[in-house]
Amino acid sequence: MPRDAADEDRLQRFAAIWSRAVYPATTTSMTRAEFEDYLVPLAARLSEALRAQPFDAGPAADIGAALVDAHCTDPEALPLILSVIDAYLVLYCPPGDGLSAEESRSRCTRLQHHVAAGFARALRERTRSEQEAITRAALGARAEVEQALHASEARFRAVFEGAAVGIGIADIDGQVLEVNDALTRMFGGMEHLASGSRTTDWGHPEDSPEVWGLYRELVRGERDHYSIEKPYARGDGSVLWTTLTVSLLRDADGTPKYQIALMEDITERRRLHERLRYEARHDALTGLPNRTMFFEHLDRALAGGPDGAGGDRVGLCYLDIDGFKAVNDSLGHAVGDELLVAVAERLRACATAPGELVARLGGDEFVGLVTGATASADVTALARRMLRALADPVHLEGRELSVRASIGVVGGKTGTAGSRGAAEVLRSADITMYRAKAAGGNRYELADAACDARAIARHSLTNCLPAALDNGEFFIEYQPLVRLGDGVVRGAEALVRWLHPVHGVLGPDQFIPLAESTGLIVPLGRWVLQEAARQARAWKHAEGAGPDAGPLRVNVNLSPAQLCYPGLVTETVEVLADAGLDPAALCLEVTENALIGADEDALRPLRQLADLGVDIALDDFGTGYSNLSYLRRLPVSTLKLDRSFTRGMQCSPADPVDVKIVEGIVSLAHTLDLSVTVEGVETGSQAECLRVLGCDTAQGWYYARPGPPERLHTLSLVDAAS
Amino acid sequence: MERPTWAPQGIDLSVPSVSRIYDYYLGGSHNFEADRETGRRAIAAFPGLPKLMQVNRAFMRRTVRYAVSEGVNQFLDIGSGIPTFGNVHEIAQAADPAARVVYVDHDPVAVAHSRAVLDGDDQSAIVAADLRAPREILGSAEVGRLLDLDRPVALLLVAVLHFVEDQDDPWKALAVLRDALAPGSLLVLTHASTEGGPRKPEDGEGVQGVYREVGSPLLMRSREEVIRFFDGFELVDPGLVSMPHWRPDAADTPEDADEDPVVFSGFAGVGRKQ
Repeated sequence: MPRDAADEDRLQRFAAIWSRAVYPATTTSMTRAEFEDYLVPLAARLSEALRAQPFDAGPAADIGAALVDAHCTDPEALPLILSVIDAYLVLYCPPGDGLSAEESRSRCTRLQHHVAAGFARALRERTRSEQEAITRAALGARAEVEQALHASEARFRAVFEGAAVGIGIADIDGQVLEVNDALTRMFGGMEHLASGSRTTDWGHPEDSPEVWGLYRELVRGERDHYSIEKPYARGDGSVLWTTLTVSLLRDADGTPKYQIALMEDITERRRLHERLRYEARHDALTGLPNRTMFFEHLDRALAGGPDGAGGDRVGLCYLDIDGFKAVNDSLGHAVGDELLVAVAERLRACATAPGELVARLGGDEFVGLVTGATASADVTALARRMLRALADPVHLEGRELSVRASIGVVGGKTGTAGSRGAAEVLRSADITMYRAKAAGGNRYELADAACDARAIARHSLTNCLPAALDNGEFFIEYQPLVRLGDGVVRGAEALVRWLHPVHGVLGPDQFIPLAESTGLIVPLGRWVLQEAARQARAWKHAEGAGPDAGPLRVNVNLSPAQLCYPGLVTETVEVLADAGLDPAALCLEVTENALIGADEDALRPLRQLADLGVDIALDDFGTGYSNLSYLRRLPVSTLKLDRSFTRGMQCSPADPVDVKIVEGIVSLAHTLDLSVTVEGVETGSQAECLRVLGCDTAQGWYYARPGPPERLHTLSLVDAAS
Repeated sequence: MERPTWAPQGIDLSVPSVSRIYDYYLGGSHNFEADRETGRRAIAAFPGLPKLMQVNRAFMRRTVRYAVSEGVNQFLDIGSGIPTFGNVHEIAQAADPAARVVYVDHDPVAVAHSRAVLDGDDQSAIVAADLRAPREILGSAEVGRLLDLDRPVALLLVAVLHFVEDQDDPWKALAVLRDALAPGSLLVLTHASTEGGPRKPEDGEGVQGVYREVGSPLLMRSREEVIRFFDGFELVDPGLVSMPHWRPDAADTPEDADEDPVVFSGFAGVGRKQ
């Protein structure tokens, strides 16, 4: 039966009432309007069912189900649904004329029964299916989690089983729960650890002291991990060295639960390390402890005493083979090395007591170290043993080599080790060893503080020399040379001085030998020559051309080392040229000793200089072993008589023997056409005596002490005036 | 292989889950007794809670339609929970058959159920991830497959941020997500609060206590704190309001006489990325 517009309108109004009643009880996310729209077709179906012929209440069940679908899932909604149908369905959807009011009422009631049944059925179905769905989801999720766990566990297993590092797991009481294969392999099997099911059974005598303290802190939960190097006993009795990292595992509440140990086998690495360490501390050639190890022991021994007075219990022998260089040079380095090995072997045997150590410092230098309460006495005994051990010749490839050695002993009775540092002690021993060498070698000498001090002072001056020249610390004083005949100043001797920043003014005897030994004498000598030449030139300018005086000469000392210097002649010529000085205004003084035994080659430079017009004086004449006939061959023009000959003339009357000697020398010199200069003239009577004896020139305090160049000029002027 | 005793435990269904409790509020049966028990206690502490969830659900439904009407047909729904009547993908696909939806939840049961529900729908997917790890979400295969991040996306954070505590810095997580989204993207957000609503803070504390007991603390944030979630977004009209006040359908008047005023609790808003 078609519905007309009026029917539609009535349905709409019914749906509106229905919606208004039910909506608050639903949990649908539809809006009210949507919900109302949703109800309109349902109302229509109810209306149709109400009027259908024959009547069938069955379709009403679908209405109940549709409401559940619209999320009317709260049972409280059902009375609201039914009450609206009950009160308004017949009113708004009249079934038409064919039905009595009673029949309509009855039909409406039966429809409600079926709506309720449909609602209940749908709700039950929905609930069941949702429960099933969520249960399935829960089971699925659980399976998934378990699968993930399983996978993670499998991964853990793979890591545990396949790891190259050893892994062990124990509970917090120390009960070992599991160890992996790598760990078992490291230990060479676990059988010997039958009782090793507890972590505390895994101790080792070489365990570092803190190991078990760390362990206790961990299991108490005070630390989360620690790493150490730890040894273990292997089944075969050998030692397994590991780097061990133990970590604490806690449960969700933070309570300590398990401990996990990761171990890496470092036995080989450690062995290699020890070997490298051994090699770093031993001499490759002889196998003796080397310099590094020796200093370790010495430092330890020196630091030994709790009061810092450990030095009392240290003794040192510094041994150097005499003439070893000659062995190397003549027999070759291979033989030299063999000799060192043989010597090392014998010296090693000398260190007998526990506190004794023999080391090779390098080259042919060995050192013996004695520590302990009686070190002072023991060290001398060690030195004697060492010398005795080397007394028998060494047999090398059919040769017999005598070995001699010099030993410097520190400690001993002198007690000079004191509380000094290692380097100082060693230096003292070294200095003392050189003293033993200087005394002829094949002996030992005991360190002596004064000797040390001298050597050290010499050493420090030597070190300062090069810088001193650069810094202009040298200066020159001039001591006048006076002609005895008329008392006129004829020139001056240039005497070099060192204005040392600490020690003050030092004389040549204090540093010239040092300069000679280091070779610095060459540049120093050149500087002196330049200065002196410049000065002589200055004098010449100042005095003008004196009527009778002739040019002032300057005397410069030449050391033996300078005589051997190949550039001597050319440099001297250059210096003279640069200063614009006539060669005749220069006199080079050479000591008698420097020329003893000189052959013609050695004399050639002097001869060349003499040929150029430079005056050559033989200094300190009479102190060396002079072959008088030899004088003839020398390119000298002046003899400088040593002061020892004229000392006897300082007082009046003069010593007659000295007078005879000087008289003889002067006579000899003049015969050879040599002039004679006298040094050390201190009194007037001495000067007079020498003049009478025929000496030509003199210098000494009687005339003037060495002084600045201006003083000489003053003297000259005085002379000129008198 | 025997399972080591120190391995973590699996899923414990005796522990209530917020997504199943939510389903219970909505009249669903995707829940277990532990969930229902907690739900009943929460309702006792805060009567009308299911109504609040209903308007929350209705708000979401309106915003999905709003997004489609604005031309945004990609959805990233984080904290999606148990799929039930009126899911985002159903609403979105009804409005635009090409719409794509990625759900995200960290509850393994919700994820498993979502997967079952979405089986056969190749425009929707579920990711098991946590809002607190936004990069994991953005880097997931599902996001890569379904969402074009060069085009605007509607990011749904419906009734989820109030389960993320300040110490987990939800603002920072949100900033990471925002930075990954194209301009024009929408942020759809609801958040529990007692500020400005009909209920007193003490009522809020009651329900908070229930949630705290089951290990899922619920936070009531102030309006100012919620506004901060919109950093980098411009709130669209009518701004941050109660859920029924956000663009009600024409036929509905929020202040219907028979409506429980509890529905005006909490904040809802939609922002557009600049």
